[in-house]
Amino acid sequence: MHIPDGFLSPSVWSIAWLFSAGGLAYCVKKVREILKDKMVPLMGVMAAFIFAAQMLNFPVAGGTSGHLLGGVLAAVLLGPCAGAIVISCVLVVQCLIFQDGGLTALGANIFNMAFVGTVVGYFLYRVLAKVIGGAKGIMTGAAIASWFSVVLASSVCALELALSGTSPLKIALPAMAGVHTLIGIGEAIVTCLVIGFVLKVRPDLIYNYQEEK
Amino acid sequence: MNKRNIIFGLLIALLLAILLSPFASPWPDGLEKVAEEKGFLEKGEVQPSFTSPIPDYSWPGIGSEKIATSMAGIIGTLIVFGMGYGVAALLKK
Repeated sequence: MHIPDGFLSPSVWSIAWLFSAGGLAYCVKKVREILKDKMVPLMGVMAAFIFAAQMLNFPVAGGTSGHLLGGVLAAVLLGPCAGAIVISCVLVVQCLIFQDGGLTALGANIFNMAFVGTVVGYFLYRVLAKVIGGAKGIMTGAAIASWFSVVLASSVCALELALSGTSPLKIALPAMAGVHTLIGIGEAIVTCLVIGFVLKVRPDLIYNYQEEK
Repeated sequence: MNKRNIIFGLLIALLLAILLSPFASPWPDGLEKVAEEKGFLEKGEVQPSFTSPIPDYSWPGIGSEKIATSMAGIIGTLIVFGMGYGVAALLKK
């Protein structure tokens, strides 16, 4: 759901830039306080993995493809703020080097994927993981939250398209949310595969693992 | 994370980028498809505001589309790794 240039009106993309810049400034401040040594290389590895996985479009129904967003995946391992920074790094490189997502729309893409998809998704994961508890809670929370994060991010994208006068909400919202309910299933599968693997080999890499247990 | 973990993680990302990305689905993604069906795709066909060095994940000037995609994948994965690591290292200071 990388928005290209031209889809958003100047007022929508400039406001999205402001939100994203403010959000990133907050995350930078927060991460400075909580960043642990082991998280430093993990941020590089997660960014690399999510970038590579985002290249792997999988087919969903009706001649449409989808790929991993990775927001909840990053946040389960790194927490919401470092997760948002990692997703933003991926989006910046995709925009500047690969022309995936417009430069004017980059603020909106960061807002949708790094904040709605990552931070909001993380809090849903956190609640579910706490309520259910244990490794099962982490897995179930990650599955549901990652699916939901994709649907929610695509809905916010539809809202931005509507506010820009590109496509009316009653058309854009069901279309975007509809196709992303399918893409979200892929998101949940990949997220659970990776989290399941990490739980097996290095459970300490899960953010706040002691608390979640 | 020790060195072995880092290399292992990066290697997985590189392998995905090299081996699988050439076989990714060429179909339009969710937003593109919606834009196509709901008739606003042409709105995105504006002159890009700048020229990207590797547009559309395809290394320019390589005959084989699959190899061009793999090359773009390697470079992108390494750049993003460096950026994520670098930003984290700066924040750690």
